[in-house]
Amino acid sequence: MNTQSNAMGESSLESQGIAPAALSATRPMYWSVRRELWENRSIYLAPLAFAGVFLFGFLISTIHLPGKMRTLSTLDPAQQANAVMMPYFFAAGIMMAAQIIVGVFYSLDALHGERRDRSILFWKSLPVSDLTTVFSKAIIPIVILPLLAFALTVALQLIMLVVSSTVLLASGVGVATWWTQLTLFPLWLMLFYHLVAGHGLWHAPIYAWLLLVAGWARRLAFLWAVLPVLAVCVLEKLVFNSAHFGSLLGYRLRGPEVFDFPMKGEVPMHALMHGDPGKFLSTPGLWLGLVVAGAFLVAAARLRRYRGPI
Amino acid sequence: MACIEAHGLRKAFGTTIALDGVELRVEEGRILGLIGPNGAGKTTALNAILGLTPYQGELRVLGRDPWDERDQLMRDVCFIADVAVLPRWLRVSQALEYLAGVHPRFDRAKAEGFLAKTSIKQTSKVRELSKGMVTQLHLALVMAIDARLLVLDEPTLGLDILYRKQFYDSLLNDYFDRTRTIVVTTHQVEEVQHVLTDLMFINRGRIVLDCSMEEFESRYVEVTVHPEQVAAARALKPIHERQVLGRSVLLFDRVGRQQLAALGEVRTPGIADLFVAVMGNHAGSAQGVAR
Repeated sequence: MNTQSNAMGESSLESQGIAPAALSATRPMYWSVRRELWENRSIYLAPLAFAGVFLFGFLISTIHLPGKMRTLSTLDPAQQANAVMMPYFFAAGIMMAAQIIVGVFYSLDALHGERRDRSILFWKSLPVSDLTTVFSKAIIPIVILPLLAFALTVALQLIMLVVSSTVLLASGVGVATWWTQLTLFPLWLMLFYHLVAGHGLWHAPIYAWLLLVAGWARRLAFLWAVLPVLAVCVLEKLVFNSAHFGSLLGYRLRGPEVFDFPMKGEVPMHALMHGDPGKFLSTPGLWLGLVVAGAFLVAAARLRRYRGPI
Repeated sequence: MACIEAHGLRKAFGTTIALDGVELRVEEGRILGLIGPNGAGKTTALNAILGLTPYQGELRVLGRDPWDERDQLMRDVCFIADVAVLPRWLRVSQALEYLAGVHPRFDRAKAEGFLAKTSIKQTSKVRELSKGMVTQLHLALVMAIDARLLVLDEPTLGLDILYRKQFYDSLLNDYFDRTRTIVVTTHQVEEVQHVLTDLMFINRGRIVLDCSMEEFESRYVEVTVHPEQVAAARALKPIHERQVLGRSVLLFDRVGRQQLAALGEVRTPGIADLFVAVMGNHAGSAQGVAR
């Protein structure tokens, strides 16, 4: 009777055509990503905490805002713009730092924690492939965290905008100069591009490497991820007296010049416009990096087949 | 088609041989008890069946190769592993949602029905539940999956008697329908004796006994021998002899019940008694023997 009902279930699925196949491919992925967000609430709580602390500091600093505005008019326009935009750059920087820190810690725990608490046996008892699981975990640092950092930065900057305007209006200083120098919209465009392309796609092989090593190591995943890399650098220096590997790493961490982000404030505004998606997309490093990231993730999935509780 | 079929199944961890050419065939609709001492290869065998460990030899589960097709196999197979493995952060409602999301054969309403019979709240996290409740939760989730094979590895380990009794009761009453197959390993053999349809003993990576429960009941007879009959009884070549309260209890294989009735009180042995006898005869130090 049971086999009969199974056969019926399958044939009814088949009669629905292609839709169930597409459904079955994306559904486990969607739920696996949601599962990660349930498990790792720090994915959004930690950036929120960073934003909260920053906002607190910003609120206190608004005491000096009217005074600052009065001296602003003595500066030339470029300096004015920098002075006005500075806290907003700083807010973006803080959120990027949060995103990177959370991304690294998440990646080091994702394939390690499930073995430590033995829950891997439960996850493996479900019809979700290792590849789906690994990719759902990689999506968090590579896609979700940069997008979240962007959304939080925009929200944070809007709150700052409202607070500053209120303070300036209440203190009787005009907001006209200040508003003309505040160019948030281009900043957001630039930020979005920088986060998605740079912090997401460009850094993908780094997160994939961390996921792979953490899936392999029984303990001290961070050391296993970092020490061999340092060892290669040192060996290369000793044996060949060169530093190609190190500069390769630096290039990967820093990113190509096309999306250098003006973090320091003294960088003129037009630097923001340097971001050139076309140039970035034609950087071979991007595609090489993505291929390497893909290879690391496939290796991590193959490895997960053999992995049980620690 | 057999539910599980293995030929020459081998698995070694370094120099330790966990599975030494296991021959196995489990038909659909059976409840098989896989009994063995610690380190006999039970869990390794189950892990191979579930696609959790690579192996040598031939193994088909529901017609599939478990190692290469684990994710597809898991649509038709469920398992509860030796200790509670539900992640501690998981909320009951999240478990239901997730399973409904990823498992095509999961019936959420059914799981909620099972949970309604327990004191588990949907808002609770696994870490807030007692060990017994976690097992209840896992069983409720698994029973709501329309699977063809259910594998239970020490499912009731560390539970009190009430939960253990309830576990097997609900498994038989609410789940087993004579078309599904259940494979269970446990040390608490007395509790599963009346549940099983088939019995298998495994020791040192080999199957040392494989019989149906009907066969078990007709083949094996235990006799509490009258003191004056001991010599006569021993002449019939018992496979095991033990002393209980000063009287000899002898276990016979394929010796007529009527013939034995003359020697003392006859009864069907417990699985545990047969286990001790068989393991003892296989020169294996039967450690961790079933009580």
